[in-house]
Amino acid sequence: MKNFSYLRAHSADEARKAAALAGNMVLAGGTTLLDLAKCGIAEPDTVVDITHLAGLDGIEVDETQASIGALARMSAVADHPAIQKAFPAVAESLALAASAQIRNMATIGGNLLQRTRCSYFRDAAVFPACNKRHPGSGCSALGGVTRNHAVLGTSDACIAGYPGDLAVALVAFDAIVHLGERQVAVDDFFQLPGNTPDREHAFERGEIITAVTIPASAAARRSTYIKVRDRQSYEFAAASAAVGLELEADGTTVRDIRIALGGVATKPWRARTVEAALIGKVLEPELVRKASLLVMEGAIDHGANHYKIDLAPRVITRAVLKMGGLA
Amino acid sequence: MTGTINLKLDINGRSRELAVEPRVTLLDALREHLDLTGTKKGCDQGQCGACTVHVDGKRVLACLTLAAQVEGRAITTIEGLADGDGGLHPVQSAFLEHDAFQCGYCTPGQIMSAVACIREGHTKSDNEIREYMSGNLCRCGAYSHIVAAVREAAEAAS
Ligand SMILES: Cc1cc2nc3c(=O)[nH]c(=O)nc-3n(C[C@H](O)[C@H](O)[C@H](O)COP(=O)(O)OP(=O)(O)OC[C@H]3O[C@@H](n4cnc5c(N)ncnc54)[C@H](O)[C@@H]3O)c2cc1C
Ligand code: SF4
Ligand code: FES
Ligand code: FES
Repeated sequence: MKNFSYLRAHSADEARKAAALAGNMVLAGGTTLLDLAKCGIAEPDTVVDITHLAGLDGIEVDETQASIGALARMSAVADHPAIQKAFPAVAESLALAASAQIRNMATIGGNLLQRTRCSYFRDAAVFPACNKRHPGSGCSALGGVTRNHAVLGTSDACIAGYPGDLAVALVAFDAIVHLGERQVAVDDFFQLPGNTPDREHAFERGEIITAVTIPASAAARRSTYIKVRDRQSYEFAAASAAVGLELEADGTTVRDIRIALGGVATKPWRARTVEAALIGKVLEPELVRKASLLVMEGAIDHGANHYKIDLAPRVITRAVLKMGGLA
Repeated sequence: MTGTINLKLDINGRSRELAVEPRVTLLDALREHLDLTGTKKGCDQGQCGACTVHVDGKRVLACLTLAAQVEGRAITTIEGLADGDGGLHPVQSAFLEHDAFQCGYCTPGQIMSAVACIREGHTKSDNEIREYMSGNLCRCGAYSHIVAAVREAAEAAS
């Protein structure tokens, strides 16, 4: 790990100014940044520690929305009774992520910005070619071991998956990322790799995530997060789904449904075609199974990750049927 | 450009001064600079839990924490767990009683994690214990005895 200087920020403005300097990087929980510094991927000149800033770790829930400060720890949000009640998928996506220790360290802002677990990206010494690290250098994953790589949203330049869980739930419920005054819909905050896989988010150097807000809805209140993985815990998703459901008064017809996928795409993936196929319909297992397949239209696999094309629709189906009381 | 910085860390109730490079993790500060080698280095990348310590009473990974970041916070390591009269912490006793280790390398991390897990109340069933202790790997596979030790210590504490 390259040496760096340490700056403890005492105000958000000080943090913004310091973070705006080329070579400087914001340090929150450190569970992504220090990990990547040890891999030699992140090479900050100065780390700007924002964890001592006051007033950025609040969690407030009312009838209209949840507002979560960027410095709130994953564990604090996962364990928050009002979040568990009004946004169960959000609480579950956090409780099923990483480990208890990491959840005590990691912040909500840092969580959104976590980097891909593509093993070629993480190993610069052995695999110099990586368009995400060095635009134009090529992609070492193509033709390599791709079991954990994305099947949706990929490009010729990069097939790295977005590994996070929380953002999947946030995309399902139309959350908003607050960068001080500026607000960006979370779905737009995450960008597709296209020809610029090095550019992952719609934000500029020197901007600081200050909060995330999630609009309250009946679908968010009746929601769940299902995560399937190679081992039962402390593992990233092979495929995951956040699903929220609102039924008509008849108790069987879908009024509103939100579906997003994790573990299979280059960004948290909203499954709008599946939602459209279910709205207004009477929930019924065969219909849900068929509709879930729509999410994989246009999917491209690279051999070892082909299983995700079969797995992800099944995870959606399971989550929808569970919310509909049919499983 | 960076040199060393002077830090004053509150470790196991004692104030300790050290001069380290800013990149030094809490884990290396403990082991290499303060002779507190009870906290173990397994993966050094957040994947095993061997380096688990408490910061302000919460379990965290010392390998992904900068020493500079926790200046002003209360740090507890395995050395500071027992109350100092030579006796063991009840969770340490439970690990001994249940043979909850083989080589012992993961054990300080397991115990620090277990103390926090019990304090958090995540011990309502064996499955809950397994889930909330999943951040501590044991290469020797002592898991079933670890769960038994945590369960017993949790029952004794309640
Ligand atoms: C072993 C392991 C297992 C994991 N498993 C999972 C899992 O199963 N599911 C999952 O979702 N995640 C998992 N993670 C990832 C973990 O959740 C993230 O590392 C964590 O959420 C990052 O938050 P942090 O506060 O530690 O961020 P940091 O590491 O401090 O920062 C991450 C990045 O965000 C920037 N940054 C941080 N905060 C701000 C802000 N407020 N404004 C602007 N920039 C900011 C930093 O500059 C840095 O580039 C795992 C991590 C590890 C090490
Ligand atoms: S998939 Fe993306 S991150 Fe992985 S090696 Fe290729 S370009 Fe780099
Ligand atoms: S040494 Fe810190 S988690 Fe492995
Ligand atoms: S006892 Fe050997 S690693 Fe756990």
